[in-house]
Amino acid sequence: MEHEVVTLGAQPTRRSMAPGGDAARRRMVESLTEHVLEWVIRLCGISAILFVFGIFFFVLREGVGLLFGDFSLWKFLSSTEWYPTSRSNVRYGVLSLIVGTLSVTTTAMLIAVPFGLGAAIFVSEFCDKRAKEGLKIVIELLAAIPSVVWGFIGISVMNPLIQTVFHVPVGLNVLNGALLLALMSVPIMVSIGEDALKAVPDSFREAAVALGATRWQVIYRVLVPAAKNGLLAAVLLGVGRAVGETMAVLMATGHAVNIPHSVFDPVRTLTATIAAELGEASVGSPHYQVLFLIGILLFSITFAVNLTADLIVKGVRRK
Amino acid sequence: MTSAALRTEADPGIVTRALNLWYADFQALKGIDLDIKRGEITSLIGPSGCGKTTLLRCFNRVNERYGYVRTTGEIKILGKNIYDPDVSLIELRKSVGMVFQRPNPLPISIYENIVFGMRIHHDRRQLSKSQLDAAVELALTEVGLWNELKDRLEQRATGLQLEQQQKLCIARLLPVKPEIILMDEPCSALDVEGTRAIEELMWALRGRYTIVIVTHNMAQARRASDECIFMLMGELVEHRSTAELFLNPANPKTAEYIEGRYG
Repeated sequence: MEHEVVTLGAQPTRRSMAPGGDAARRRMVESLTEHVLEWVIRLCGISAILFVFGIFFFVLREGVGLLFGDFSLWKFLSSTEWYPTSRSNVRYGVLSLIVGTLSVTTTAMLIAVPFGLGAAIFVSEFCDKRAKEGLKIVIELLAAIPSVVWGFIGISVMNPLIQTVFHVPVGLNVLNGALLLALMSVPIMVSIGEDALKAVPDSFREAAVALGATRWQVIYRVLVPAAKNGLLAAVLLGVGRAVGETMAVLMATGHAVNIPHSVFDPVRTLTATIAAELGEASVGSPHYQVLFLIGILLFSITFAVNLTADLIVKGVRRK
Repeated sequence: MTSAALRTEADPGIVTRALNLWYADFQALKGIDLDIKRGEITSLIGPSGCGKTTLLRCFNRVNERYGYVRTTGEIKILGKNIYDPDVSLIELRKSVGMVFQRPNPLPISIYENIVFGMRIHHDRRQLSKSQLDAAVELALTEVGLWNELKDRLEQRATGLQLEQQQKLCIARLLPVKPEIILMDEPCSALDVEGTRAIEELMWALRGRYTIVIVTHNMAQARRASDECIFMLMGELVEHRSTAELFLNPANPKTAEYIEGRYG
C-alpha cells in the first residue's frame, strides 16, 4: 500500500524527467486505442459508400443477366404489356409502370410544392419563435408516420372521400396516391426549404424593408430569388422521396397496370410492382430478373434526382 | 422634390419630443427631444450601447421588425408624427431612406438593385424601360458610379468592391426620392479611400437631402457633419454645431468623451 502511494505521488516528476515503465505502458495503450478508434471511425465513414456500391452491385448482378439473352431493352421500356406470369406469351413491358410512377409523382408534386414551399415560407418568415418550434415539430411528425399507415388512410379515408367529392366509382387512383405522397414529401420540403430561407442574410430583408417593401414583396422579390437554389433542392428531394415510396402507393393507387387518362384512373407504380411480385417470382427466373431490372431503373431515377439536388445545394455554397 | 431654396432653418427635418424606447424591459432611449435641421448633415456620436443606432432606426421605424420594441413620445418628420395611426410605413420609408453598416446590395443585378424601389412602389405598367434606364443613369451619376459601371449593369451587385457596393446602396435610395437619408456607420466596413469617397458623396448630397449619420469615428463626425449630437446611456447629452461641440463642449461628459477618456 505504502509503495503504491509513493509511486502515485512521485509519478508527475518521474514522468516529466524520464519515462518509467508504468507511464510508457500507459502511453502505448493510449496510442493504440487512439489508432483503433481512428480506424473504427474511418470505417464508419467509408461504410456508407461501401453500402451504396454494395447494394447497387447486388441489384445489378441479379438483374443484368437478362440483358445478355434475347431480351430487348427497348421493348422492356416501350411496351405497355406487363404479363409476367402468362403461360403462353410472357411479356415484360414496363411503360405503364413508368407512366404510373410519373403520373403519381407529378400530381403529388403539383400539390406538395406550393403547399410545402408555402409552409416553409410561413415557418421561416411569419412565425414567432415559439409558434415556429411547435409547427416544425408537428410537420416533422408527419414524416414519422409509417408509410403503411398512410396506406390505411388512403384506403379508409381518402377512398370514400374521393368517391363522394368527385362522384367517381373508385377512389383508389392517381389522385389518392398523389395526395398521400404529397403529405409524405411536404416535411422534407419544409425543413430543407426553411433552412434555405434561414440562410438568406437578414441584411437583405432589412434592405428591402427600409426601401418600403411590404412583407409579400420582400418574399417574392428578395427571399425567393436569393434562396432559389435551396428551394429547388427542397423540391427535388421531395420528388426523390415520392418516386421511391412504395407501400402507401401500392395500397392507394388501385394497383392496375394501366396508362392513366385522368387523375381518377387507377395505376400501378414501379415500386409497387416490385413489392407485390418479388415474393412470388421464383429466384433466378426471368420474372425475378425483370423485377431487379426495374429496381435498377428506380435506383437510377432517384440517384439522378438526388445528385441534381446535391449539385444544386453545392452550387449555393460556392457562391 | 421641393427645391433647396425653400428650406429654411425654421423648417426642421426631424423633431422628436419625449421619445422613449424599450427593448422588452430595457429602456434604450430616455426622453429624447431634438430638432434636426433640414438639408444638413447631423452626426450621432457616443459610446457603444448609448442608443444612437436605436434612435436612427426609429426615424424609419425599421426597428419595429423586432416584436419586443415599445415606443412612446413623438417623432415629427416633415411636420407629421410618424407614430400616428394613419401613417403608412411604406410612404414613411419612401421618404426616409437608410444605408446600413455593412453594404447590403441585394443579390440581383446592379440595374435591378437601383430600380428595386421603383418596382415595389409602382405598377409594372406604370414603368417604361426608358424611365427605368433614365433613373439608373441619374442615380449612378449622382453617386459617381456611372462611368465605372455603365457597361456592366447586368452583373450581380454583390460582386462589386465594398466601396462601390456602399455607393450603390446610396444610389438605390435616390429613385424613390427620399427627403431624409439615414446612415448607420456607413464607412465602418470600408478602407480609408472608401471612407473618403463616401464622405465626399455625403457633402455632394447635402442640401438636397437631410442626412443623419451614426458614427463611431469622432474624426469622421468632425469632418463630415454640420451638427453633432452626443448621446450617453440612452440620453441626449448635447446637440450643437459640430465645430462648437468639438471646440468647446458645454457638458463635461461630452468633453471627456471627445478627449477619449472613455468610449
